[in-house]
Amino acid sequence: MNLWIEKQRYLIDFTLASLARRKWKNLGLLLVYALLVFVLASVTLFSHALRQEAARLLQDSPELILQRMVAGRHDLVPPGYMDRIGQIRGVQKKEGRLWGYYFDPVVKANYTFMVSPVAGLARGSIEIGSAMARVRGLAAGNVISFRSYTGDLFSFKVVGVLPRNSELVSADLVLLAEDDFRAFFSIPPGHYTDIALSVANPQEVRTVAAKLASALPDSRPILREEVLRTYAAILDWREGIVLALLFGAILAFGILAWEKASGLSAEERTEIGILKAIGWETGDVVGMKLWEGLLLSLTAFLLGFVAAYVHVFRFSASLFESVLKGWSVLYPRFELTPHIDGLQVATLFFFTVFPYAAAVLVPIWRAAITDPDAVMR
Amino acid sequence: MIELNGVRKAFHHGMTNEFWALHGIDLRIEAKRVTALCGPSGSGKTTLLTIVGCIARPTQGRVRFKERDISGLPERFLTGIRRKSFGFVFQKFNLIRGMSALDNVMLPAYPTGEPRRTLHGRAERILEQLKLAHRRHAHVEWLSGGEQQRVAIGRALINDPEVVIADEPTANLDSALSLEFMGILESLVGEGRTVLLSSHDPLVVDSALVHRVVNMRDGRIL
Repeated sequence: MNLWIEKQRYLIDFTLASLARRKWKNLGLLLVYALLVFVLASVTLFSHALRQEAARLLQDSPELILQRMVAGRHDLVPPGYMDRIGQIRGVQKKEGRLWGYYFDPVVKANYTFMVSPVAGLARGSIEIGSAMARVRGLAAGNVISFRSYTGDLFSFKVVGVLPRNSELVSADLVLLAEDDFRAFFSIPPGHYTDIALSVANPQEVRTVAAKLASALPDSRPILREEVLRTYAAILDWREGIVLALLFGAILAFGILAWEKASGLSAEERTEIGILKAIGWETGDVVGMKLWEGLLLSLTAFLLGFVAAYVHVFRFSASLFESVLKGWSVLYPRFELTPHIDGLQVATLFFFTVFPYAAAVLVPIWRAAITDPDAVMR
Repeated sequence: MIELNGVRKAFHHGMTNEFWALHGIDLRIEAKRVTALCGPSGSGKTTLLTIVGCIARPTQGRVRFKERDISGLPERFLTGIRRKSFGFVFQKFNLIRGMSALDNVMLPAYPTGEPRRTLHGRAERILEQLKLAHRRHAHVEWLSGGEQQRVAIGRALINDPEVVIADEPTANLDSALSLEFMGILESLVGEGRTVLLSSHDPLVVDSALVHRVVNMRDGRIL
């Protein structure tokens, strides 16, 4: 065993010296390789962290949301629905919600107006998301006016900016009092945008949803897990697009690796011949070259992955955020909670390190079985 | 010690460009003696050296090393014999550029996995004997022709082989350095090693150190 370890140490020593002898060629390959890992790791780390972030924030969202549909479109929930829901067994709590969208022509951005029962806002005052505060240059104490869809002008005083740790979902949010909301959007009392429900037994959410759909046929129950799945699907789709675009780069790298390995220089071939002539076996030469591939790919993987980690969790993936986050004007600024999934790292490792090792193995084997007597002639 | 019977060697065997380099060589090389293969270029000296040193296999015929037939052994076993029993000094030295003299000397012992301290100590001692200790950390491409040859000899000796094979050892050296090589040759014989070399340099083949000269031409022993 000790002999084997010592032998591997000698092979690594020789490999490092060999890499250093052709440093520019190997450095170039290392950079391209690390760049590829960096891009792939950035995309996967960022998407994964976004999914985690969304799941964390949606953890506190209602288990079930009920929307009313008219001609297949989302419509206001009229009075009376709340009472009918109260008769369904399993519903623990119900709450009518008021929210809507508003297009701000000044910055060409959409805001989400929402009534917050917990904020306890007085009439004429609002709390806004930090991305909106940035774009409109607002701070607590400022006054802002919006023209409603009826043409009337409404002025609000900003009493607070929402904390940045919720920016993923609150970037474009405007919280206001119920009376202000109803006046601004002309929604009569008793009507709601949708109804949030909590269910006593989480195992019964689907049963309650089925009962709701049956009791109120013009309504659509939306489960929290469905919302999570939609978020995940959107992020998967975006990740897929980026990875599809990167496929060309991956292919180019594969060709580069193959070319590098199969195009062993005359100097490298002579070296292999010398090593065999002085007593190295074919297995020793292959082992040495495998160490070379492994050291190169591991270094590239580590460099690329660490760079991607810093890029995603320190610089909020500034290179890919416009594609992966998907906000048009109000980009949320937030630092994602560092989260690394072992399986994800293993997958990335497998898809970057393994193909390189496989691509270089055959050409190396062919070079290693050449007759050592070539160096004598 | 080494016995060859009816050894023939063809390159590109069975192809249109087939070429026979050796035609039925019968030769007995005695232990602890210096044997020189002498002949013009293309006479088959180097090919014969590669067959004796287990670098190449004969196309026909048998090679026996210490009473054991080695001509049909698989590559792995041949490599083992080559590593343990033979040390090679190539005509163009064939040192690995970018590595120090010391590393080049140690190179044949790497696959053995010998403890580093032991190997290092032995390589240092060999370089000292070859009066090259002061240049041990120099890259081989910075060394003179004579120094490079001494590194090549040191590399040939690192695994303490019984047989040293040298292909045209003085071909790239001037007279002074050739005489220096003869001095090293004398010490190798003094250590009880068997030396087989190829040369057409009169300084070597006419030397009193060489016990036997085998003349060759066109792949045959004259």
